Amino acid sequence: MAKAHVTTTVNGDEYEFLCEPQQSLVNVLRDELRLSGTKEGCSTGDCGACSVMMDDRLVCSCLVLAVETEGKHIETIEGMGTAENLHPLQRRFLEINGLQCGICTPGILVAAKALLKKNPNPTETEIRFWLAGNLCRCTGYDKIIRSVQAAAEDLRKDKSNGNHS
Amino acid sequence: MDQVRYEAPETLDAAIALLSDDTTASTIFAGGTDVMVQLHSDLIEPEVIVNVKNIPDLIGIEEIGGVYTIGAATPVAELQEHKEFCEAWPGVIEGAELIGSVQVKGRSTIVGNLCNASPAADSVPPSIAAGATVNIVGPNGKRKVAVEDIVTGPRQTSLKKGEIIVSTTFPARPPHSGDAYLRLTPRTEMDIAIVGAAVNLTLDDLGICTTARVSLGAVAPKFLLVEECANALIGTRVDKNALYALGKAASDAADPISDKRGTRDYRVKTIAVMTLRAAERAVKRAREN
Repeated sequence: MAKAHVTTTVNGDEYEFLCEPQQSLVNVLRDELRLSGTKEGCSTGDCGACSVMMDDRLVCSCLVLAVETEGKHIETIEGMGTAENLHPLQRRFLEINGLQCGICTPGILVAAKALLKKNPNPTETEIRFWLAGNLCRCTGYDKIIRSVQAAAEDLRKDKSNGNHS
Repeated sequence: MDQVRYEAPETLDAAIALLSDDTTASTIFAGGTDVMVQLHSDLIEPEVIVNVKNIPDLIGIEEIGGVYTIGAATPVAELQEHKEFCEAWPGVIEGAELIGSVQVKGRSTIVGNLCNASPAADSVPPSIAAGATVNIVGPNGKRKVAVEDIVTGPRQTSLKKGEIIVSTTFPARPPHSGDAYLRLTPRTEMDIAIVGAAVNLTLDDLGICTTARVSLGAVAPKFLLVEECANALIGTRVDKNALYALGKAASDAADPISDKRGTRDYRVKTIAVMTLRAAERAVKRAREN
């Protein structure tokens, strides 16, 4: 069986790749496109480490077929900030120690960004329910929640100051 | 796994032709939240994966005169964002919201939850209680089937080779109607029901229950639609006595297994409590509209 030829947009850039019909998106992101920021944890949609945005919808990239992303818009952790210019979520996770080993972090950052876009001022309960699909075995979650709360506040201040980055 | 083919037909006819080919093992691929796991653990070994999300009939939420038709490949997240549907069927949403994480709900569908045929699927009892029907198209034409007639046992459905569920239809709501779904789980999120109970009822202007449908999950090999439970409510004001009779009827109907989530006895006892509480919630909603 010939490989499928797929054209998709990742973080605003158009990519073309060849993939097996049953290959998952996380697999192609990491191994074909060399975007290894997205992590593969459980491969069954339970841990959320592979969270990405697909057409503005938060999904587990292990549960998406790479071949079905033809014409779609994917956003991964690589599109979130740069080392020089971190996203407020990334900055707060560093400051508040919202991570230890870091494997769950890209997925949590992508998921938290999706939450704050939908709900700029979430309660602790809302954050905990939204991130229920992102497992972390190091932090005990409290520092993750506090990091998201702090970043939410930063983003609200940025917005009220007219800075829409 | 070898030689898998991927197809993404844009019409129902093309999809049915692919799925009804007797010589080829095929799988329907919509949300993919079950199929991807089964595929990569070799639980299924299809020769062709048929992505049905490019077929317009399977996408979207349509309302005509209070009757909602939900395309089978519409993700749960879209249902959650549909304010009017959420107001019309809060119990159905309570069930659908329990299908995994935000990530999973971005992809999963209530028809996938149904066709995966786990007796503990959370969106199915409230759909049965709602009196929902699924619209099926196959090689021999169309048919409409009540949701309760789809799952015949664990991992088994009454769908025939080549058939696709195109959509689910929820009937129009009379005034003073309410529904609710409650489940018991070991933890609050991301787990499977020990027992689940859905109640849908309508009251008259005096507050007397005129119709009721009660469906139970995870207490038998398939979902139950329990007439004795409905009869315990109909003709009453859904008072304490009626609720007690309802709970007892639910326990009497339950025939569960014992597993790591709960013993048979525990399930038989707790299904009474969950059904009673779901009815309290449904009747509260019915009184408010």
